[in-house]
Amino acid sequence: MFTIFGVPSAALFGQLLLGLINGSFYAILSLGLAVIFGLLNIINFAHGAQYMMGAFVAWMLLNYAGIGYWPALLLAPLLVGAFGVVLERVMISRLYKFDHLYGLLLTFGLALIIQGLFRNQYGVSGLPYGIPAELRGGQALGFMFLPNYRAWVVVASLVVCLVTWFVIEKTKLGAYLRAATENPTLVQAFGVNVPLMITLTYGFGVALAGFAGVLAAPIYSVNPNMGADLIIVVFAVVVIGGMGSILGSILTGFALGLVEGLTKVFYPEASATVIFVIMVLVLLVKPAGLFGRAT
Amino acid sequence: MTDTMTRLTRLAATAVCALAASAAGAQTAVKFGVLNDRSGVYADITGEGSVVATRLAVEDFKAAEKGLKVEVVSADHQNKPDIGSNIARTWFDQDGVDAILDVPTSSVGLAVSGIAKEKNRVFLNSGSGTSDLTGRSCSPNTISWTYDTWALGNGTGAAMTKRGGNTWFFVTADYAFGTALERDATEAIKKAGGTVAGSVRHPFPGQDFSSFMLQAQASKAKVVGFANAGGDTINSIKQASEFGLVQGGQSLAGLLIFVTDIKSLGLQTAQGLVLTEPFYWDRDEASRAFARRFAERMGGKMPSAVHAGVYSSAIHYMKAVAELKDTKDGAAVVAKMKAMPTDDPIFGKGAVRQDGRKLHDMYLFEVKKPAESKGEWDLYKTLATIPAAEAWRPMAEGGCPLVPKT
Repeated sequence: MFTIFGVPSAALFGQLLLGLINGSFYAILSLGLAVIFGLLNIINFAHGAQYMMGAFVAWMLLNYAGIGYWPALLLAPLLVGAFGVVLERVMISRLYKFDHLYGLLLTFGLALIIQGLFRNQYGVSGLPYGIPAELRGGQALGFMFLPNYRAWVVVASLVVCLVTWFVIEKTKLGAYLRAATENPTLVQAFGVNVPLMITLTYGFGVALAGFAGVLAAPIYSVNPNMGADLIIVVFAVVVIGGMGSILGSILTGFALGLVEGLTKVFYPEASATVIFVIMVLVLLVKPAGLFGRAT
Repeated sequence: MTDTMTRLTRLAATAVCALAASAAGAQTAVKFGVLNDRSGVYADITGEGSVVATRLAVEDFKAAEKGLKVEVVSADHQNKPDIGSNIARTWFDQDGVDAILDVPTSSVGLAVSGIAKEKNRVFLNSGSGTSDLTGRSCSPNTISWTYDTWALGNGTGAAMTKRGGNTWFFVTADYAFGTALERDATEAIKKAGGTVAGSVRHPFPGQDFSSFMLQAQASKAKVVGFANAGGDTINSIKQASEFGLVQGGQSLAGLLIFVTDIKSLGLQTAQGLVLTEPFYWDRDEASRAFARRFAERMGGKMPSAVHAGVYSSAIHYMKAVAELKDTKDGAAVVAKMKAMPTDDPIFGKGAVRQDGRKLHDMYLFEVKKPAESKGEWDLYKTLATIPAAEAWRPMAEGGCPLVPKT
């Protein structure tokens, strides 16, 4: 056993692992934002509200329909994604020809409305949602007690992130998507239904937020403000990673989780601020973000 | 024909209004401003419920019969001292508000207390917990009604220490309330023969507390005390249970827990928690009657201790004003409130001390096991009553400048 700056190494490893777990939430959420921004050029401020909806839909499925965690893990993202598709068709699609700012304002307004509606209905204290029976308990790793559920969160989010990255960067569908962002007119001329593709992409990004919401439901309080607290940090992650960069957002998500975890050991008071300090530094040195390409 | 009728009706209406106005002129106008969190972490504990509690107080006091014309306004301070201060100033300067009620979040409460003193109006604190409001920051215009960090630390801290939990680790919200709560609880624990192994300050509001749970586990302290509130406490306890703190032999102590927090956690997670509160809806006939009327207007939700405190403080304020027949001099109203004994259906008989501390009994509760609970809101069982004489910090120890030094 050795110590680093007065902190026992065992405690440090534990904190790093926890940082990784929190990082996986940042990664999934910032990935969704990056996909949406990369392909639609929309800064989706409603992402936090959609994450919250994922958690609430899981709770509703359990309490109104008796549907448990595992089916909810699939159903809730589908439902929230479908909601996203409707939003895109009815409202967001009208704004593509305008400046980013309009999309941002629209989605920000939508986020406030959605949160307000849930707040009116369910209050702010939150609703109980238990950890599924299969994942209760945990492992004693020697340096820390790792709840099984947290281990599952890391695995699930890693898989989802990698699959998304693979689909967008390595498959034919992904190639269409990337081509459509470069030059939608030309891609449409080749017979690809670009508007449909864009709608589904938004739906997918929103579904990712819903998925993260279901993952979060058993460990965080399910309440209408849960997304608003998180989304600002996630935006910082996206900015640091480089707007629209898929791999960048995944790596930055996990990395910043680690940085935050370390801050919680050495100077916990600053743990809510450290990500923004990094954001300022990155913007000063590399304005396009760590993985972004300057245009 | 109809034209004449309409004109006549209008005339009659004007006459009635004029009469009503002249009658109102003989009345004392009272304007309550309920300032609290209506959208954030404390919105269920305070929020609209405090407005409803104020209205119930006005009804029960039969204000109109006693020559008071009461108006109630409300606003959201978003837990931010700057926003809270702005609203308080506007209310006092422009809107003619006589007394501000509630104000959760101690940093905002301290700011509003300062403004009430500067403008010579009244601040009836129910939501803010810091004991500094009756200590070094006490004011001749402020009364702290419901609870404070000293009473909570004294209740839960001393009780847990005496039950064998003599080493503590604190998870503390990093702002005025959290640090005051940790300080006061530490004092109570040491007095009861315990020690504090360490503490960690988390940003407010927080979301993920797992890192702090790990630090709490590593401390090997017998009791992990949460010196935070609302959503922060809920997330802390949820994650403490996830990380197996209780299975590892540690006990959890929520130093400020409201009934709505337990409702949100669910009994499965919260069972066995020991906590101190001045009010529980299901304690006696009077509290149940109040809770029933409250729930009718709040979609079935039961009142929190803060709601009860807002109700009780509004009644006592109106009693004082009904005697003085004037609200202009805030310090005089508060002095009158201190001179009169308090008496209301919820807190019973009590008094307001020179430093602005309202005195009543506190209760030590334990959260029921799921099998013991008979209904959705059947959550606590009473362990002990802490009599008013022991529940509050002795006035001489608070350092309030209003208290003459002996």
